[in-house]
This record gives sequence, structure tokens and C-alpha cells, in this order.
Amino acid sequence: MSDPVTALANATSDGPVRIEETGPHGMITLRGVLSDGTIASAVQTATGLAMPAQRGITSDAGKTLIWMGPDEALILLPRADLPATLSALTGALGSAHALAADMSDARAVFRITGDDAHVREVLARLAPVDMDRFPLGEVRRTRLAQVAAAIWSPEPGVVQLICFRSVAQYVFDLLTEAAASPRI
Amino acid sequence: MSTRLTAGGQRINRDKPVTFTFNGQGLKGYEGDTLASALLANDKMMVGRSFKYHRPRGLVASGTEEPNALLGIGQDGRFEPNQRATMQEVFEGLTAISQNHWPSLEFDIGEVNAKLSRFFPAGFYYKTFMWPRSFWKHVFEPFIRQSAGLGKAPKDPDADTYEHFYHYCDVLVIGGGIAGLVAAKAAASGGTRVTLLEQEATFGGRSGVDAPEAAEAARGLAEDLAGMENVRLIPRCMGAGVYDHGYVLGYQRLTDHLSVKTGPRHRLWRIRAGQVITATGAIERPLSFAGNDVPGVMLASAVRDYVVNYGVSVGDRTVVVTNNDDAYLTAIRLAEAGLSVPAIVDARAGGAGALGARAESLGIRVLKGHGIAKVKGRTRVTGVALCRQVGEGAVTEEIACDAVAMSGGWSPVVHLWSHCGGKLVWDADQAMFRPDADRPPTGADGKGFVRTAGAANGMLTLEALIADAAAQGLAAAEAVGHSGTVPEVAEMPARADNPIEPVWLMPASAKRELRAKAWLDYQNDVKVTDIQLAAQEGYESVEHAKRYTTLGMATDQGKLSNINGLAILSGALDSPIPQVGTTTFRPPYTPISMGSIAGEARGTTFQPLRRSPLHGWHETNGADWEPVGPWRRPFTYLRAGEDRHKAVEREILQTRNSLGLLDASTLGKLIVKGPDAGRFMDMMYTNMMSSLKPGKCRYGLMCSENGFLMDDGVVAKWDEDTYLCHTTTGGADRIHAHMEEWLQTEWWDWKVWVVNATEQYAQIGVVGPNARKVLEKLGATGISNDDFPFMTFQDHTLAGIDARVYRISFSGELSYEIAVPAGQGMALWTALMEAGAEFDVMPYGTEALHVMRAEKGFIMIGDETDGTVIPQDLGLNWAISKKKEDFIGKRAQSRDDMVRADRWKLVGLETLNGATLPDGAYAVADGMNANGQRNVQGRVTSSYHSPTLRRGIAMGLVLNGPDRMGETIEFNKVDGTTIPTKIVDPVFYDKEGTRNV
Repeated sequence: MSDPVTALANATSDGPVRIEETGPHGMITLRGVLSDGTIASAVQTATGLAMPAQRGITSDAGKTLIWMGPDEALILLPRADLPATLSALTGALGSAHALAADMSDARAVFRITGDDAHVREVLARLAPVDMDRFPLGEVRRTRLAQVAAAIWSPEPGVVQLICFRSVAQYVFDLLTEAAASPRI
Repeated sequence: MSTRLTAGGQRINRDKPVTFTFNGQGLKGYEGDTLASALLANDKMMVGRSFKYHRPRGLVASGTEEPNALLGIGQDGRFEPNQRATMQEVFEGLTAISQNHWPSLEFDIGEVNAKLSRFFPAGFYYKTFMWPRSFWKHVFEPFIRQSAGLGKAPKDPDADTYEHFYHYCDVLVIGGGIAGLVAAKAAASGGTRVTLLEQEATFGGRSGVDAPEAAEAARGLAEDLAGMENVRLIPRCMGAGVYDHGYVLGYQRLTDHLSVKTGPRHRLWRIRAGQVITATGAIERPLSFAGNDVPGVMLASAVRDYVVNYGVSVGDRTVVVTNNDDAYLTAIRLAEAGLSVPAIVDARAGGAGALGARAESLGIRVLKGHGIAKVKGRTRVTGVALCRQVGEGAVTEEIACDAVAMSGGWSPVVHLWSHCGGKLVWDADQAMFRPDADRPPTGADGKGFVRTAGAANGMLTLEALIADAAAQGLAAAEAVGHSGTVPEVAEMPARADNPIEPVWLMPASAKRELRAKAWLDYQNDVKVTDIQLAAQEGYESVEHAKRYTTLGMATDQGKLSNINGLAILSGALDSPIPQVGTTTFRPPYTPISMGSIAGEARGTTFQPLRRSPLHGWHETNGADWEPVGPWRRPFTYLRAGEDRHKAVEREILQTRNSLGLLDASTLGKLIVKGPDAGRFMDMMYTNMMSSLKPGKCRYGLMCSENGFLMDDGVVAKWDEDTYLCHTTTGGADRIHAHMEEWLQTEWWDWKVWVVNATEQYAQIGVVGPNARKVLEKLGATGISNDDFPFMTFQDHTLAGIDARVYRISFSGELSYEIAVPAGQGMALWTALMEAGAEFDVMPYGTEALHVMRAEKGFIMIGDETDGTVIPQDLGLNWAISKKKEDFIGKRAQSRDDMVRADRWKLVGLETLNGATLPDGAYAVADGMNANGQRNVQGRVTSSYHSPTLRRGIAMGLVLNGPDRMGETIEFNKVDGTTIPTKIVDPVFYDKEGTRNV
């Protein structure tokens, strides 16, 4: 078994705002009606995480559950935990109408760190999001220049970003250039 | 002559001289100068030539409205044409060149046009260049190209970078003059998030020149605002456009004023505001008198700006001509600076109020009820001939002078109010269009989202303007659910002005020879007589008159000329001004750079390039790329000494004879799951998919509602209620959206989920007679033809990697497509290359893929289909279920046009001489159609040289094709000859299917 590689082999760009491709992560995409109690309790059973509210995120013990829409959630977890969690989830879902798919390799994950206001500025150059009022622990599915992305800030000075794997280099280049721009 | 005075100039720093060049000549200015003020300080009054007559053109204004001083600024990668000298701050090393002259600014051959101006009336181009037709190409166009045009396009790639910035605020104030500052302070005082844009480097607007008390107040307000956390002040940032739902573009110039440029040159602020306040001030209007375009004739406000802000005098002797009191201030400022004002020529019989008395107390002569009959001088004002304002212009006296300061009154800058639908009202008392507060641009809730404050709202006295701005600021804050307080502003001294009297022509009944020299649009050379001619010729709509005469169509978009022009039109039509109306105000307010619009979208980030997990390997192994949507796929892999053709041939022969690898990762992979998945699949595809057994694969076709074939691919049934749909590379996102649309809008109650797993997998085609052997080498067992038959899939561990292996073939060969997680794709590819070495394994590209599928007669979406082709045209009836009650496209395929017998149908084509047919060639038929074109009976859809068969092969759609096997028809070539071609079966290679075992 060869070790999986991320799209950019964990490339980094250093500066006052640091861009870092992280991973490999485990990622499970869950399609299902999130407000359905059966779905929520299956997720709770498999991950130990409560179903987040709209745009919300719940996180514990290295696992993160992200609301992606009324009928889509993303479970982000250590790669090693993926097979067990996916099978537990599939088992717990039973005959409930849901689709849980391993999408660990479909996406690239970036961690953007630095002075909080600066990090927000970097994102505001690329994403139509009100970064001045972007609360901690809330996700935005948005656009980074010309590609789809989701962002959230788990703590001050840190933004996590996910995008499709095939555009990882484009996203890295965008972020690097935006981070190099002088402060406003 | 214009010169720098020994004292004065509140914006310049005389301790910081800077040098710059104009047309190659080194000149001196000071820090704080604009390029315009620095040019005037060096007596560079003449800065360009007009568009049509190449008349000498000098500076007219001191701000964004400047129509004449358009210069080419910068060099090489930083050269940019058509920049306003009035908006360019001067810096050490700046280079500027004038434009629109040939061979030189001082001597211009095009000036002959002016001598012939009687022969260049309005609409001249439309009238003249229509006939004879051949003259356009050979005579008129070359001449016009040489002599016309504004700046030259830059030749070098832009050396700068640009960026966008997304910004959100509750209240956006556009304009940082006293009104904007008061409005911002009022709105922000209760905690509302306020952003203020100011196009210039400093705040305060005109107050610094016109009202010291207001300037003082502005300084205080700007300081207060800068210290507030909920306020953002953005200098050098023009409000470029106001759009629906509070969307506003701000154009910030970050480095245009710097010698050493670092970081982005421009930043485009993409702002979403709850409320917008336009505090954009007002622009002074010129007066229409003969010779008002001679260099040295300037707006009165500009003349005093240059004196007060930059210590620059436009002339030693300045005659002021006006129809309102404001211009008296210019005379007073000039006199205060020790300059001579021989006369104030006031068209009003009653003259001015308090300012008039003050001017007279300074010893300035005031001529009431008078106007300028004519300006004397050609490249420079030498004097004016005066006349009574009433009458035709009989000269009463002449005054020698070298500058004329004119004022026809003020027009509020209503552009940003109007961009998104704000309406205007004609204010007859003030002779201006101003925003109609009852008809603002409205948002989604039907309420106005734009307000306007201060001079932009028609408030021309300080007291009224400040009160208005405060009220608008408070109202804007309230509209977004906040409150505010009226800011404290010191009481302003009142100015007892006499009312303006509209003067649209000077003198009022000017004879033709004077009207023909009275300019409205300086840049486009539109005169009073042109507008009158347009009206006479029936161009009564202001929009038509504009386009016929080109009034207001220059780069300044009529900032100075529009109101004067439509007033002349109104007079010519004998129709009141409000009935004539204005032309449409469209963004941007002034031109913004192309770079700022592109933002980050240039160079490597011009467009997102999608890379497969194996992209890097392809790149280092000779990939000759082909764009496939946003992906790059190897067209072929070039080896030393090979051309494309050779490389493709090598790849095909190797694959057919032994083993080839294909990166198929870009193909779409959609997971469809749920209790209703089978039913859904049966609707999506033309064939029956629900009957597929788990573990099996089926080739399927997808049609649009109109029955046309839109995508194809192999469907694998993963388990009882889960399907994997392979789509074409280009179809992945499109078909995903298509599925979601049906599920979300039509069949919302069907229990089906779709996940686009395209990027989760690297998919590698292992193709050729040795394909099975190489899989066995990597650890697969039990994969004989019987154990692992065609059109099934199995899970295997290959080289230690968990893989799902599909036995499907697009080449006719024994073929497996192996899907592994994308992060392990490279490992599998490497293992396959190593294990395949003994079979001389090599990768093949998209061209080999295309040729091999064509050899087998397999269709390709986009080649055999073009949006007008139905599966029945392609002989794919076997893939269209007759049992199913419905599928998308079924009903459309029973329309008369779809079932007519003479639809062109798919056949194979073989030229008699073995040559390769040109792609897209038509099969000719007898006779001509109604347009005199040769009739046709078919066309080539795919054509290749087949290295396997050593001849050209093609597929095409031909009238009654399948019934005409063996018949020879002729395909055309661009040289007019035709190629005799035989109609054959589309399967050229291995018809019996003996190879895929």
C-alpha cells in the first residue's frame, strides 16, 4: 500500500501570512436530509459529533463535521480513522436514505495563518465574503476568484480552505499572490 | 503665459521639487502638483489636438471632467494612453507625451481639416464615406487611421499587477468633500459601518479653494472619521459605478503617484452597501461663445484651483466671463494673488450680489449685460472681443488678455445616482438637472438604496449643503437600522448671491460665423451649429442627436458638454429642456484600467487550469498538451525527433500490438444512489439501466429534453441502489448539474442522491493484448476472460493499492480502466509502467484514443454530435429502450423532424485513393440551392489517418447513408475539387470483435 499524496505534496508559502497545503486528510461527503433525526443520530454514532446548524461546524477529538447545505455535510477526520468511521457511518445509516462517500482524495485542504486581520484581508481579495464579519466556527461555501471553495476560521488568525484537487495549484497561486500584496 | 507664482499653492511642497518630462523635454514641478498644474507652471498650455479638426487644445479643467489634457503616461510596460493630466499626481521621473497629433504637437497636418470645417458637418462620416464603396478601404480608412485616434495602444505587456477587494458596509459615501464628510459622520455616529471613497488624494473637495471655513471643518471631520473604528476612508478611490442591490465598484489608484512602485497598481473595490450616498459634488459648465476652445480659455473654478492649490497662474491678465456669482470668486482670488483681472464680463443685466461688490472694491471692472463675441488668438488667447449679451454679437470693445475664466453655472454630478435608475428633475431656478429624491434607484424591497447629498443634490450654498448632507447621512443610517446624530459643524458665512441666469449661447442671438466657432464638445469637435444641424435634419431625440454629432461620446463622456448641448438642442427644437431630457449615464464614471477589471486573472492565474493526479508525470514525459475544457490532457507524448503524427502512430501501434496506458482521470464520475436511483437512471439514459445487475456495466446515452444526444458513457452498477455514471470529460460538471436540476425541480420527491466523485479517483486505462498480463503481474488473480468478462467490474488490489477495475473498452482492445484514490494514482501509474516495461508499455494521448475509437466506429460526443444529432442518426437505436414508458428526450424524438426519412445518418467513409478526408468536408449533390450554393448530401464528422489500416478513415452523416453501402460520393475540398469516397460500414477494424477477449 503506497501512502497517498496530496495534490501539491504539502506545498507551503511563507510570509506574514503563511499558506500551507495540509493532508492527506480523511473526508466523507454525506448527502442526506440533515434535519432528519435518523441521519443526525447515525452521524453522532459514527463520529461522536452533533449535527451542526446552518453554516455551522462541530468539532471534537480531531474530527470536524461541517454543514455544507441542508442536505450535505462534510466529515473531516484523520486519514487513518476513515475506513472505520465510514463503515460505522454506513452501518448506522442502515436503510436510511443517504449517501456517504469517501471523498478524501477529491479535494485539497489549505491552512492560512497569520495576523487575524491580515488573513482576512488575503481572503477578501479573492472571495465575495464579508470577512470583517466572518465569525469563528462558521463555514462559507463561496468562490475563490474563479473556482468553488469553502472556508472557515477555527480560531483567530487561522482560516481553513477546501477546494477541488485539480485546481489546488491555482488556489495556491492565488493565495500566495494575495498574501504578498501590501496591507490595506 | 502661464507660470508658477513666487508664493501660494496650498497643495504643493516647494521644498520638494520633482523633475518629469513632457514630449521628451525635462520640466520641473513640486511634490503635490498634478501633472496639469506642473505643465501650466512650465507654460505648457497647449496639451493636445482635437479629434476631428486637430485644433490646438489646452487645459480646460482641474479635475475628472478635463476633456483635452489626455496624455500618454509612463514608458514600456507601464505606458498608458489617454490619462487625464488633471488626475495624475506628478512624481520624480514621470514621463508624459501628448497624443493625437502628427507629426508634432506644434505643427499638425490634420489641422487642415479645420480650414475645411464647412465641408465636415455633423454626420459627415455617415454622409461622405458611403460612396463609392471601394473608397472606404483604399482612400478614406487609411487617411482616417493615420490622422485620427487618440492615444496609441501600449505595445509591451503590462508590468504591473492589480487586485480586487470584496468589501461590505452599511453606508457607502461616495465623495470626500465637505458634504460627504458630514454625511459620513452623521451616518457613522451611531456605530453604523461606513465607508467613504474620495477620488483625490486629499479630503475636503472644493472647500480648500472656495471656503476656508468649510476647509477647516472638513479637516476636523476627516480626522474624526479616521479615528473611528466603524469607518473606513479610502483616498484616491473613485466611485466608478453603482449597480443593483447596493453593489458599487470603487477604483483605487495605489501607485500611479509614486516613483517607486511596489504592490498592485490599482485595486478594484467590489463593495456591497446597504445604502449609498453620492456626495459627488458638481462640475462647472463652459459657456458657448466663439473661440471658447482656444488654449487659455478655462473653467473659472479651474483657474482659481490652479492659483490657490498650486500657485500657478494661467495668465497674467484674465478676463472672467460668467452668468452667475461663483466666477467672481475667481476674479477675487486672482486679484488677491496680485494678478490682473481686466474685466468681469457678466451676461446678467443685474450683475452679482455681495461678491460683485467685493470684486469692485478690489478695483475690478464689471461689465453687466455683456458677453464675449469672440476670443482672439489661435494656439493661445491674445484677447477678447466683447459684445452685448442680447443681439448678434456686434463688438463693443476689445480687451487684451492671455486667459479667459468662464462659468456657465454648475451641474450636479448625477452620474452615480443615475447608473442604477435614479431619475432627474430640471431645476429651472438653478438651471440644472438634479436628482429627484422621489425617484431613487430601488432595491429588492422597492425602496431607494441611493441618496444624494450636497452639491450633487443641487445644494450650492454651504449652509444648505451641510444641512442636507447631515440629513442624508442620518436617513441612510436609519434605513439600515441604525441611528446617528447631526455632527457639529461651525456655522458657515452666508454668501448673498444673485440668481444664475441661464446662458446657452453667447451672445444670445449669435450669428452663424460665431456659432460655428462655439464649441460644445472639445474632444470630439462638436459645435453649436452641429447640434442645430442635427435638429434641422430630424434628429430630435437627444440620444439620436448625440450619436449623429458624437456630442458627449468622447472619453470624457460629455461631462462638460452634455447639458450645454441639450440646451442648444432644446432651443433648436423649441422644446423645453426637461422634455428633451438627458442621455443615459452609464458606468464607469471615468474610464478604469483593463488591469483592474481583470484583477488577479492574468499570468498563471488567468484561468484555473485543472490538473489530473498524473499531470506532473505527463509534463516531464513529453506531453504535447491539448486543452479539454479547463483540463490539459496529453494530445500525444513526443519523443526526440518525432512530430505529432509520428508520435500518435507509435502510440497506436504499440497499444494495438502490446500495451498502452491512458490517463482517463478527467472522465466524469457521478455516484447516484437511493431507492429511486434505478427509476432516475431510466429517465436520464435512453437505455434501460435499472435492469443492470450489480457488478455489471452498460454503455448509455443521455439526451436533452429536445431529444438531442448530449453525453454518453459507461454506467456501472455498484450495488442494488448505487450506480456510477461515467461521463465525458466536458460533461462531468454539466451532467451533474443536469441531474441535480431534474432532482431539485421536477422530481424533488424522488429519493436519489448524487455526488460528483470525478476528482476522487485517478483512472488509468490499461489497453492492449498484454493488459491482462500486466494486471496479473501487479497481483490481480482470477481475471481470465470468463472470470472477469467484458462490461463487468471487480475490486482488486494492484501493487498494494485498493482498486476498482472496470473491464470496458473504447479501443476495441482488451482493456481495463482502473480507478484508485487520486492520491495513489501516481503510485499505480508508476507500477504499471514498471510492470509493463517487458511489453514496451507506453502512455498514449487523446489523439491515439480518438483514432482507435474511430477505427472501431465508436462515436465521440462533440464530433459525431453537435447539438442537432439524435442517437437514431448515429445508428444507436440498440441503445434506445423501446420498453420504457419515458426517458428524457423520448417524446421529442417522435417529432416529425426527428422521424423523417431523409435525416442524414452515420456511415463510414473511405476515400478511393486512401487519402484522409478533410474534417468537416461536405458531400456534394446535384444542383444549386436557392442561394446559388452547391447542394449537399452529407458531411464528415471525424476523419483520421489510421496507422493500423494504413489509410484514411472517416465517419460522416450522409443522406440515406446506411442504405447506400458501397456507393461512391464526392466530398469537397477548399480548392474546389472533390474527393471520390465510398460509403462503408463505420466499423473499420476487427468487425468480429475478436481482440477484446
